[in-house]
Amino acid sequence: MTITTPNPAEAPAHSDHAAHGDHTLTGFVIFLLSESVIFLALFAGYAIYKTSSPLWLPPGVEGLEVIEPLRFTVVLVSSSGVIYLAERALHRGRLWQFRAWWLLTMAMGAVFLVGQGLEWAALPFGLGDGVYGASFYLLTGFHGLHVLTGVLLMGLMLARSFRPGNYDAGSVGVTAVSLFWHFVDVIWVVLFVLIYVWQR
Amino acid sequence: MTSTTPAPPFDPRVLKAPHPVPGAPNNWRRFLSFNTDAKVIGLQYMITALFFLLVGGLLSMIMRGELITPAADLVDPTVYNGLYTMHGTVMLFLFLFPILNGFNNLLIPPMIGAPDMAFPRLNAAAFWMVPVFGVILMASFLVPGGPSGAGWWAYPPQSIQNPLGHFINGQFLWILAVALSGISSIMGAVNFVTTIIRMRAPGMGWFRMPIFCWTAVAAQAIQLIGLPVLTAGAVLLLFDLSFGTSFYLPEGGGDPMLYQHFFWFYSHPAVYVMVLPVFGIFSELFPVYARKPLFGYHVVAIASFAITFLSLIVWVHHMFYSGTPQWMRNLFMVTTMLIAVPTGIKVFAWIGTLWGGKLRLTTAMLFSLGGVFNFIFAGITGIMLATVPVDIHVGNTYFVVGHFHTVIFSTITYGVFAGIYHWFPKFTGRMMYEGLGKLHFVLTFIGSQLTFLPMHAAGLMGMPRRVASYDPEFAFANVLASLGAFLLGVATIPFLLNLVSSWVRGEKAPPNPWNAIGLEWLLPSPPPAENFEHDVPTVISGPYGYGLGRPLVDDEERFVAKAANASTGA
Ligand code: HEM
Ligand SMILES: [Cu+2]
Repeated sequence: MTITTPNPAEAPAHSDHAAHGDHTLTGFVIFLLSESVIFLALFAGYAIYKTSSPLWLPPGVEGLEVIEPLRFTVVLVSSSGVIYLAERALHRGRLWQFRAWWLLTMAMGAVFLVGQGLEWAALPFGLGDGVYGASFYLLTGFHGLHVLTGVLLMGLMLARSFRPGNYDAGSVGVTAVSLFWHFVDVIWVVLFVLIYVWQR
Repeated sequence: MTSTTPAPPFDPRVLKAPHPVPGAPNNWRRFLSFNTDAKVIGLQYMITALFFLLVGGLLSMIMRGELITPAADLVDPTVYNGLYTMHGTVMLFLFLFPILNGFNNLLIPPMIGAPDMAFPRLNAAAFWMVPVFGVILMASFLVPGGPSGAGWWAYPPQSIQNPLGHFINGQFLWILAVALSGISSIMGAVNFVTTIIRMRAPGMGWFRMPIFCWTAVAAQAIQLIGLPVLTAGAVLLLFDLSFGTSFYLPEGGGDPMLYQHFFWFYSHPAVYVMVLPVFGIFSELFPVYARKPLFGYHVVAIASFAITFLSLIVWVHHMFYSGTPQWMRNLFMVTTMLIAVPTGIKVFAWIGTLWGGKLRLTTAMLFSLGGVFNFIFAGITGIMLATVPVDIHVGNTYFVVGHFHTVIFSTITYGVFAGIYHWFPKFTGRMMYEGLGKLHFVLTFIGSQLTFLPMHAAGLMGMPRRVASYDPEFAFANVLASLGAFLLGVATIPFLLNLVSSWVRGEKAPPNPWNAIGLEWLLPSPPPAENFEHDVPTVISGPYGYGLGRPLVDDEERFVAKAANASTGA
């Protein structure tokens, strides 16, 4: 018990009981950290199967085609730059510019999803084809669900941007969605390396 | 605010009625509404959890009824499998987690001087998922084939068998319920951690925070790191069960051991999610009832995080006999034993606090003392189990059942009872009856020793767990355990009677009936909807200043007077 002098008020005084914008971001970052652990667990599971399963590729399957998925990867990853431009435009108060970049990000996300759908449709194996098929569809599907969520959230934010005075109290929603989008992109990069690059 | 504080001078500024709850019905019906006030949500959690304590207790009575004779005569062995699966699942996910979240909701905001949680609506949504998955889990008694019989571990391949072929079966509902429980817990964890990080009263640095809040952060951190892993494991299980994948089936290249890793990566730390807040409760109560500062406050606070960290790297001790390689067994034996260090530090701090103190043996104090006593015993059997050669021998016997019930019931549930007796006056505004409380304690203490001690003996003699019938050589221990369990059933009667009658017509509680130090005791009983509202005290010293004669907050007398005034005026 050495504390005898009052120490400087390190905690912010809360004059208002509603969820502050900065609380929202704190909470959202905590949530994203937790969410990333699900992916870590799935990645670990994939790596264990890949290195130790006696039956890996289903009969007749040689591996995955890399070039086409790489194109869609480039689209998705570069959309992280585009969403940054959108945020910057918003901070500078250029609302229409923000909407344009934002819409472009959504479109790039959608292109990625279409690309994934096309790839799925063309693959010679399915969910039930051993632990390889199951892992492939589960991982890409779970990530795809996150991309879809991101696109839908962006749609919501876009619609909200037309509400007058929407950004008077700051733009926490936009910041949170863009954080989520960066998260989804980083996860994809790891996933791509794990599934497409690490084949041999 | 020790008893030496002179009577506060009257201050007309405080003559102001407490704020009414804006827009909320101020009667029992608010407990059935989507109320966003953390104190209402806290009581909602508690009442729901106590209901499920009765459900889980009833299931255990049926099991003990079955086990009072060696033959499987009361229920069919398949039904017995369903009973222990549901008993374990109900007690963990519908009793302990919710009741501890009840404590978090009730205690965290007042203890740190916040008006509410950081995200009140998220908080209410997290609570309302509890009755939803409670109903889903209970519904598995009604589906064809009955509830899951794969135990609370739900190991494959047993948990992916679906002999009747229905899509909606007991195991499916179990996975659904556990998944919803996980989502609800994550929502809660985000809320509690954000609240503690961002909403502390001015002057309340981390090292002026009550230990309960430290343990809450430490426990919720485990939820945030561990639950996602369980979720991943459960999703794969669901796919294997319902969509024909083979993640855990060797026929398709899968591996059942991976499930065990996923499961225990969370479910070992989960025991610390439950025990850490109870360590917090003990650390709050001993200083109050021994009238001494908590011994080694800083070390106790830090030890909580040491436990969080270590609890994440010991899970394989549940898999010593599952075909785990020897190097892995050795590694995890060492890490498991290490966790006894921070845990032991806490026990020594409590003993140091009690040493030479003026003990007041209230019901809350009796339950705390009993809880620590039992915990020391369980810690010793834990170290025994952590030792690989011992565990190979007694793993999967009743020794393990004895060990973990001594923790989960005789420590954690004791702590929960202690917390209820201690904080009941604060949050209901009524005192509980001490006489009934002590009767509850005595019956519980005798009942739990009678139930769980013989289990250790039966286990050392070799009685396997999860069986509906057993060799007659184990009969004596089992008769004792069954009688003890029925006594525990009887012990809940004075408890429930006490809760209901005190709440309805108990004596009105003053703001600080135990003469305790802490922000929550500077509020009226029960506190107004937003605790201190805009008049938040500035904290000027560490917690637990018993006998040190220095105020906790700036202008303390004014707050004491204000609380006293609001209580009498109510
Ligand atoms: C010093 C502390 C502790 C040590 C060293 C320890 C060690 C162990 C070990 C090695 C096992 C595995 C036994 C086996 O399955 O063969 C075990 C089981 C268990 N322990 Fe502990 N333990 C400790 C404290 C706790 C605490 C604090 C809790 C609860 C809050 C707890 C709850 C459990 C449960 C629930 C099981 C059995 C799970 C199951 O198989 O269903 N233990 N413990
Ligand atoms: Cu464990």
